[in-house]
Amino acid sequence: MPDTSTPDTTIAEGAYNYAYLDEQTKRMIRRAILKAVAVPGYQVPFGGREMPLPYGWGTGGIQVTAAIIGRDDTLKVIDQGADDTTNAVSIRRFFARVAEVATTTCTEDATVIQTRHRVPETPLKEGQILVFQVPIPEPLRMLEPRETETRTLHALSEYGVMQVSLYESIARHGRISKSYNYPVMVNGRYIMSPSPIPKFDNPKLDRSPALQLYGAGREKRIYAVPPHTPVKSLDFDDHPFEVEHWSECCALCGSKESFLDEMIVDDAGKRLFVCSDTDYCEGRR
Amino acid sequence: MSGTSSSLSPGFADPAHDAQRLFRRVLDAFSHPGRIVSLAGAAVGPGTISRATTAYLLTLADRDTPLWLAPAFDRPEVRDYLRFHAGTPMVVSRSEATFAVLRHEDADPFEGFAVGTDTYPDRSATLVIEVPSLDEGPIRLCRGPGIDGEAHLAVAGLDDGFWRQCAANHALFPCGADLVFTSGSSLLALPRSISVEVSPCMSR
Repeated sequence: MPDTSTPDTTIAEGAYNYAYLDEQTKRMIRRAILKAVAVPGYQVPFGGREMPLPYGWGTGGIQVTAAIIGRDDTLKVIDQGADDTTNAVSIRRFFARVAEVATTTCTEDATVIQTRHRVPETPLKEGQILVFQVPIPEPLRMLEPRETETRTLHALSEYGVMQVSLYESIARHGRISKSYNYPVMVNGRYIMSPSPIPKFDNPKLDRSPALQLYGAGREKRIYAVPPHTPVKSLDFDDHPFEVEHWSECCALCGSKESFLDEMIVDDAGKRLFVCSDTDYCEGRR
Repeated sequence: MSGTSSSLSPGFADPAHDAQRLFRRVLDAFSHPGRIVSLAGAAVGPGTISRATTAYLLTLADRDTPLWLAPAFDRPEVRDYLRFHAGTPMVVSRSEATFAVLRHEDADPFEGFAVGTDTYPDRSATLVIEVPSLDEGPIRLCRGPGIDGEAHLAVAGLDDGFWRQCAANHALFPCGADLVFTSGSSLLALPRSISVEVSPCMSR
């Protein structure tokens, strides 16, 4: 059964500003979000604040969520597809306390979904907002360490270096070996990092009816993909983009369509495959 | 100060929640260009500018966002209201403005406003243009991110010349100004990413 809670209105009273951030900060983030929506895939710099958790734990995503969330929202938080892992539980409780918001684990019931490294298996609907936690927003960073240079490459739409890196992967491994954080082209203009989601999830970003917002706390960048916007995974005519397939099905729900996690269940190396998306898996059992 | 505190009309009754609720409507408008959203229920404002313009500025403007007012709106009651409730600096030079409020009949609405740079296209102005109606003008087709296929736009009070300048603004993408049209307490957004056909496909 989905775990749904009602808001806790007793604790936030007077302790913090609503949704933790002060109003000035929220306005600044809101303006950055609107610019990000106006220029899909472009990374808008913003004045990232210290959050009560370390970088790498979702500080960017939390700031975006804090700037958009209201008392009418229902929040879902997932970490690698699971609602019940430490990061997801902490962030969900954080917003239940500081934003008096209802929480849920059910994808369909959520109005705002903050995610670390997965897109839910259940198709998203119009009106839902998916907030991604992003560690490294710059897709070209591993190819060009200088910010001034990557910024120029984006300005000139000069993305040859990315195609070369994919080509080198084919030359070395016979295929594009990148399996997560697989670069995409947004609306035919900007190359964007979809955050470290498995490339299995990339097709779900394309023309999604939901709004996608990406927040990077350490790097202080916000970017967005509006609804119905083309998101193309980079590839070559003779090496088209393709997603992972498993010969196994989920050991718990039997799904053959979802993204599976591999688990080692004993000392003899016995393996089990289960859905990464816990809400999807539970709904099928 | 030409206005006294007693002559100022109130801002948001509940600042954190009013701003959040209105921002989500504005975000909805930006994510679905051409969609008309209601900003009703917010502050009435100084009267000279529409309720939607008032709500938009109270939601997003503050001391970090210089504001440019068209001559028709550059009046003491508007300046005092926005200075008091939003802390917004007023600028005379268009190029310094983050937000601008214009009338639909103003000539050269885009002239002089920041359009961002190739490396920082976000450093551009947002133009709030007050129009007689958002849904009773000639129908034009628009396409772009946020629109499933194509959408109908029926903003009234703008001639073909305006839409030619709008097309030129879109051609600057990823640079360009973002547009927000307001009428009464309703708002419609047209980010620079959206292309609008200059000649209407249907007239009324």
